Amino acid sequence: MQQPLVIVGSGLAGYTAAREWRKLDRERALVLVTADDGSFYSKPMLSNALAGGKTPQQLASFSAEQMAAQLQAEILIRHRVLQLDIDNRTLRLRSDTGAERTLAYGQLVLALGADPVRLPLNGDAGNELLAINDLQDYKIFRQRIADAKSLLVLGAGFVGCEFANDLLLAGYQVTVADPMSAPMQRLVPPAIGQGLAQALEQAGAQWRLGWAAAAVDHHADQLRVTLRRLADGAEESLVVDRVVAAVGLRPRRELAQAAGLKTERGIVTDACLATSASGVYALGDCAEINGELLPFVMPIMHCARALAKTLCGQTTPVVFPAMPIVVKTPAYPNVVVIPPANVAGEWRSEQQDGGAKSLFIDSTGKLRGFALGGTAVGEKAGLLQTLNG
Amino acid sequence: MKKWQCLICGFVYDEAQGLPEEGLAPGTRWEDIPDDWLCPDCGVGKADFEMIEVGSAA
Repeated sequence: MQQPLVIVGSGLAGYTAAREWRKLDRERALVLVTADDGSFYSKPMLSNALAGGKTPQQLASFSAEQMAAQLQAEILIRHRVLQLDIDNRTLRLRSDTGAERTLAYGQLVLALGADPVRLPLNGDAGNELLAINDLQDYKIFRQRIADAKSLLVLGAGFVGCEFANDLLLAGYQVTVADPMSAPMQRLVPPAIGQGLAQALEQAGAQWRLGWAAAAVDHHADQLRVTLRRLADGAEESLVVDRVVAAVGLRPRRELAQAAGLKTERGIVTDACLATSASGVYALGDCAEINGELLPFVMPIMHCARALAKTLCGQTTPVVFPAMPIVVKTPAYPNVVVIPPANVAGEWRSEQQDGGAKSLFIDSTGKLRGFALGGTAVGEKAGLLQTLNG
Repeated sequence: MKKWQCLICGFVYDEAQGLPEEGLAPGTRWEDIPDDWLCPDCGVGKADFEMIEVGSAA
């Protein structure tokens, strides 16, 4: 008997891979294993659901039962994978109730996701930091901010900026701290980051750019955060109701590592999403594809479509077109196409009324990436055509 | 004329406005968009069920 395709993880990567594969193979058994309740939800909308008036329950568009019916799959909810045995092609599982079982796979897809990075802070309230990377985290976040007025967001990357903007729109007092001198500094050139900083400030945000959190302590029923300025070591104490940490993601590698799969920053795969173990594939936030981590929605869509073919015996490398990352900050919308890591070139930025445009030009004068902020976002489609053309 | 929203990323396609920069003229109805069209913001497909009707622009 042919063993099933097993997918571990019910996030966007796991479910999208399942859906694309099921379009091509209506016959073979499919088993999904997930540690949570298996709801299908929109990950990008976690950071704009407040302003959109959506409850966490509304973000879950399908239950595990509905997904199982759509995918003709067995979905094992609230099951964790204890061990992966690549020689015998089995997984050892344990359910929340403590029951253990062994599951055999014909092919295995790891869509394990990532864990939010935990800041090593001094003080007695480090466990009060709210980090949001899935719907369960988000439910807790919404409960914890229900009676809050003031929030500190640690991290001004795109997730921190999106949450800050959403909280401002919902009427919260918001401070954002980051050791960098401009928001989203790893993603966009300063011209765009500064435009975003100004727009969020006008919307009511307080910035602590160049400041890092050093400690967080309980302060009656609030939190006292000690911030340190990198330039001169000056310290400042800030009392807020809640603290959100948005300081990056760490791909989940432990299961793969323990099984002897090759890992670097993530689970290492080739262009066909194959790991170092035969019949085992990875995609999404846990995967390092040809040396790159791509924790965004659009790469997952492209990976899932290529992987579906590969799983059906038609080995297909994933080819990424220019992929825009849309940053959902309504105060200053922006969109970026990250230039390829191995291309030499420079950012050329120009300000315009209410916006900024930065183009990444390589040494031959060719456009290889761009970032648009504010009023300039309308140029996205034209620039994408140039990039893909 | 209707609007359709991407369930994954929130992108809204407004039939009245179309997407001229992608070759979809104003007034292009949802059912007339090719089946291989992808959400310009996140890349999910039209043929799946990620788009929902969000209301009439009348």
